[in-house]
Amino acid sequence: MLLSFLALTAIAITRMGDLFAVVMLSGIYSLLSASLFLDLDAVDVAFTEASVGAGISTLLFLATLKLVPRYEKKSRYKPALALGVVIVTGALLIYGTLDMPHFGDADAPVHQHVAPRYLNDSINEVGLPNVVTSVLASYRGYDTLGEVVVVFAAGIGVMSLLMVSQRTKARALTKVPADMQHQIILRIVAKMMLPLILIFALYVQFHGDYGPGGGFQAGVIFAAGIILYTMLFGLSLTQSVIKPVFVEMLTAFGVLLYSGVGIVCMILGGNYLDYDVLSHDPVHGQHLGILLIELGVGITVAAVMITLFFKFTWRTVKHKYNQ
Amino acid sequence: MNIIGLYNYWIVVVLMLIGFYIVIAHENLIKKLVGLTIFQTSVFFLYISMGKVAGATAPILDENYQIYSNPLPHVLILTAIVVGIATTALGLALVVRIYEAYGSIEENDIQVQDTHDRLECQLEAYGRQKPPTLFDQETN
Repeated sequence: MLLSFLALTAIAITRMGDLFAVVMLSGIYSLLSASLFLDLDAVDVAFTEASVGAGISTLLFLATLKLVPRYEKKSRYKPALALGVVIVTGALLIYGTLDMPHFGDADAPVHQHVAPRYLNDSINEVGLPNVVTSVLASYRGYDTLGEVVVVFAAGIGVMSLLMVSQRTKARALTKVPADMQHQIILRIVAKMMLPLILIFALYVQFHGDYGPGGGFQAGVIFAAGIILYTMLFGLSLTQSVIKPVFVEMLTAFGVLLYSGVGIVCMILGGNYLDYDVLSHDPVHGQHLGILLIELGVGITVAAVMITLFFKFTWRTVKHKYNQ
Repeated sequence: MNIIGLYNYWIVVVLMLIGFYIVIAHENLIKKLVGLTIFQTSVFFLYISMGKVAGATAPILDENYQIYSNPLPHVLILTAIVVGIATTALGLALVVRIYEAYGSIEENDIQVQDTHDRLECQLEAYGRQKPPTLFDQETN
C-alpha cells in the first residue's frame, strides 16, 4: 500500500515542471519511505531517512532553487528512446527478481551468513542491545570510518565550490535586511523549540546504544536545530554565536577523533579499531570505544551539515546584495 | 503466493525505472538530481526488503522477543543515506556553479554554449577573428 503511494509520488515528480513542487514532492516521498522503513523493522534507517531525506535534503534543494530558475524548460528530446531503454532494463530486472527468495522468508541466503552471529553473540561480545549500533560501530567500524571520511570530503568539496570571500561577505552583510524580523510567532516558537531540539539530538547521540539512534541521526538533528535558528534570526547573528571557522574545524575533528580511537587501540596492543583493549574488561572497552567513535561521527556530520547550509546561504546573500 | 512474495521487489524495480527515466529523459539538472535520489532510495528499499523476516521485530535485543530482522542491511543503508545526502549536496553546489558560469541549468543550453565556445577557439587558431554568424542562427 505504502509502496504504491511511493510509486505514485515518484510518477507525479516526473510530470511536474515546477521545480519547487518537485522538491516538495520529493520531501513527501522521503517521509513516505521513512514510514515504510519503519514498517520493515528498520527503525534506525527510518530515523535517518526522516531527518536526512525529508529534512536536510529538502532544505538544500530549496537553498539551491533560490539561486537557479524555478521552472523547468520543455524538453526538446522525444522521450520514446529513453522510455524504450527504461522498459528493456525493467523487463530484465523483473526477470531477475523471479529467482529472488520471497519477501519475509527466514531461510533466505541473506539471513544465513553473518547475521545470526551478530544477533546471537553481539550481546556477549559488545554488550549493546541495539545490534545495529554494535555492527555499525564495532564489527563494521572500518566501513563507517570510510563513510565519515566521504561525508567530510563532500563537505570540503562544497566549501571549495561555494567559497565567498571575507570582503564580499562584509560588504553584502551591510545590505541584508532582517528577513524574518516581523515573524514574531515563528521566532518565539523557534526559540522555545531550539533547546528541545538540541537536547533531543544529544539524547539520540548517547542513547543510540540502547534504542534507535546514533551519531549520524544525532548530527543531522543537531544541525537542523542550528539551521532553524539561522533561518529565523539571520546569518550574522548565528555566526556571532557559532564561528564558521570553529564549525569547519569541527568537521575535521570528528574524523580525527574516530581515527584517533583506532590508533589508541593499536598503541594499547590491539588491532586498529579493536576496542577490547581500551579497558580492563573487553565489554567495557567496547562501550567506551563505541561512545567515542559515535561522538566523532556525530560531530563530523553535524558540522558538515551546518557548513553546507552556511555556504549555500552565503552564496544567495552574495548574489542578492552584492551589486 | 508468488505475486505477493515478489511484490516488494517489483515496486523497487518500478521506482528505480522512474528514477532512471528522470535522469536520462529530463534536461533540467535539478530534476536529474531528484531522479538520482529516487533511484538511490529504490536501492535502499531493495536492501531493507531483503533484511525483513516475517513475524520478526526490529533488531534491538530484548528478552520478550525471539526473532529479529537482519541488522546488516540496516547498517549498510543507514550510512548510505548520509553519504547520499553529502554527495547530493556536492551535486547541488556544482549545479549552482554551472548556473553562474552558463546562466542556465538545462543540459541542452549548456551543450550549445560549449559547442559554440569550441568552434570559436578553433576559428581563432586558424586566424579568423569572429565566429560565423550562420552558426548563431542555427542554434536559435
